Amino acid sequence: MKPRSAAEQSYRGDAASPGLAMGALVRLAARAQAATETVESPGAEKARLEAAIGRAKDELTALIAASDAMGGDILEFQLELLDDVALAAAAFAAIARGGGAGAAWRATLDEQIAVYEGEDDDYFRARAGDLADLRDRVIAALSGAGEAAREDLPQGAILLSHDLTPSRFLAIDWQRLAGAVLIAGSRASHVAMLARARGVPLLTGLRGEPVGLAEEAVLDAQEGLLVVSPNAATRARYAQRIAAAQDQHRRALAALDQPAVTPAGQRIEVMVNVDDPGAVADEILAASDGIGLLRTEFLFIGRHHLPTEEEQYAAYARILDRLGGKPVVIRTLDVGGDKPLPGVNIEAESNPFLGLRGIRLCLEKPELFRPQVRALLRAGVNRALRVMLPMIATADELAETRRVFDDCLAELRAEGVPAELPPLGIMVETPAAAIAIDLLDAAFYSIGSNDLTQYVMAAARDSGGRVAALNDPRHPAVLRLIKHVVAHGQSKARPVSLCGDMASDPALLKALLATGLKRLSVAPAALGRIKLAIAEADPDHG
Amino acid sequence: MTAVTATVTITHPVGLHARPAVKLTKLAKSFAAEIRLRGSPDGEWVDAKSIVKVMALKLRTGSVLEMEAKGEAAAPALAALQSLVERNFDEAAVGS
Repeated sequence: MKPRSAAEQSYRGDAASPGLAMGALVRLAARAQAATETVESPGAEKARLEAAIGRAKDELTALIAASDAMGGDILEFQLELLDDVALAAAAFAAIARGGGAGAAWRATLDEQIAVYEGEDDDYFRARAGDLADLRDRVIAALSGAGEAAREDLPQGAILLSHDLTPSRFLAIDWQRLAGAVLIAGSRASHVAMLARARGVPLLTGLRGEPVGLAEEAVLDAQEGLLVVSPNAATRARYAQRIAAAQDQHRRALAALDQPAVTPAGQRIEVMVNVDDPGAVADEILAASDGIGLLRTEFLFIGRHHLPTEEEQYAAYARILDRLGGKPVVIRTLDVGGDKPLPGVNIEAESNPFLGLRGIRLCLEKPELFRPQVRALLRAGVNRALRVMLPMIATADELAETRRVFDDCLAELRAEGVPAELPPLGIMVETPAAAIAIDLLDAAFYSIGSNDLTQYVMAAARDSGGRVAALNDPRHPAVLRLIKHVVAHGQSKARPVSLCGDMASDPALLKALLATGLKRLSVAPAALGRIKLAIAEADPDHG
Repeated sequence: MTAVTATVTITHPVGLHARPAVKLTKLAKSFAAEIRLRGSPDGEWVDAKSIVKVMALKLRTGSVLEMEAKGEAAAPALAALQSLVERNFDEAAVGS
C-alpha cells in the first residue's frame, strides 16, 4: 500500500550523537497508562505504593546487573533516588489524606520533574528524564503490568518519540534500529550519553513535529537534520553518503590493528596522545605504537593539593606497565597563568601564552618540578619511558633542566632509591626552537603543532573570524618549519614526531608525510582513520 | 556533642551531577554520623544522605560546599567526603 507521495519536509534538531541513517520512521508506542484506580483505605494504598517502589527497585537492580558500566551508572542514580525517602514523602502524605497511590505518586514526581525542567543548566534540566523514567516504572508496577519486554521494532527503522527514558533506551535492541529522533530531550541527557557510547545516531530537541507516519525518512545527525518523505534526489545523495561512511568506518576498524604503511611501503609509527590514562581503552593502546604524548596535567588540575611524588610515581609506573614495553613519552607539567594550580602562586600576566608557562614555570618553581622529576626517574627503571619538556626556546633552558634531572638522580641514589635517567626530548612549539633546532641537542623532538601554529601565525586558536582563519597549520610558514625540524632530526639520527591536532586530521596527512615525518601521535579516537589514511595516501605525494 | 565542619570547592566541570551525587550520598550513608550540607553561607542545610536533597542544591563547578557532621565518627566521615570531592569523585578530568 503506497501512500500518496508527500512533499519532502525538513526539520532541524540538535545532533546529540553523530551518524547518518535512512529508514522507515516509526513512533514508539506510549506506555500503557495505569487504569483508573479504585482508591482503598490509606493503609492499603500506602502498602500498594511501597510494594510498587520495592518492585521497581528489584527491576532496576536486575537491569543494572545486565547493563554495561555506563548504563549501570545511570540506573544506579535512579535506584539511589528510589531509595531516598525524600523522593516519595509527598506521595505518602497525600495517601494519608485519602489519595490513591497512583495519583499521589504521579503528582509528586510530576512536581519534581517540573522543577528540573525549569532549570537553566542543561545538565540539571536533563535529570527530568530520569525522574520521568522512575515515575513510569513505579506506575507500571502499580498497575501490575509486567516489565516491558524488549521493544519490538522493524529492522532498520528510525525511531521517533517525544522523549525516551534511559531504561526504555536500554530495553531497545539498537542493533535493529538505525537511529532515533526525540522531540524533547537534550544533548546533556543520559539517553544522549548512552547513544554516543553505542554509536546510535540521535537528534534531540527537534523543531516541529512530523505528523503522521512517513514511509521513509533521512536522519542526518552530523548536520542536525531530519528529512521526512525525502525526494529521489535527497535519497540518492544520502544513500551515497551512508555507504561511504559505512565503508570508511569498516576500513578504519580494519586498519586499526594493522601497522600503518604508506602505498610506497614506508612504515609510519602512529602513537596516541593521552590526557587521562583512565579514559583510554586497552584496545586502543594495544593497536597503537605507544603513547607519543602523555599529558600530566590530569594529576595537577582540579584538585586541592599538589600530587605527591609517590602518587605521581604510581600513576606513571601504571601507564608504562599497561603499555607492556611500548614507548611512553611523558610530558612534564605544562601549565601557565591561565590554569590555576592548588597552592602555587602564579602572578597574573597580561598574556599568559607568552609568559611563565611550561618549562619556564617548572624551572621557576622547584617545589612543583622536583617531585615530578623524582617520580619520573623512579618510574623509568626498566621501563620504556621517555620524558618530554614543553616550551623549550633556548639551549640554556635545556641545560638547566638536565641539571635538575641529574641532581634529583644523585639525590635518589644517595637515598638508595632505584632511579634511571630517561631520554630527554623536547616539544618543538616555540618558533625559536623550530628555527634554531640545531642548537637544541635533545634525545628526540616532538612538534607541538597547535602552539607552533599559533606562535608562528600570531593568531590564537580560540579567536573567531579573521583571526581564526589565520590559525592555519597548512600555511607554508608552519609546514616549512616542520620540514626543517624533520630534516635536522634525520641528519642527527634523532627521532622526530608530531603530536598536535593536525596529526589527527586525515585531510592534512599528505602535507605532513610530505615533510618527511615518519612518526605521528594522534587522538585515540582518530587512530583507525589516520592509519587508514596512511595506507591510502596518494603515492604521487611525499 | 559538638559538630565538626569543613568546606570544599566543587571542581568537577559539570558540578555535583548525578554520578558524583550518588557517590557522595552512598559514602555519607556508610557513616553513622548525622551529616548536613549547604551550598552557600545563608543556604538551607540538607541531609547529605538524601540524593533528592543533595541534587536540589544544584551545585555547579566552583560552588563552595559546607559540610557539618555530628555523632559517631563525625571527623573521619567529613574527611572522607572532603577527599571524595577533592578527588573530583574519582572521575576523569575533562579538558587539559
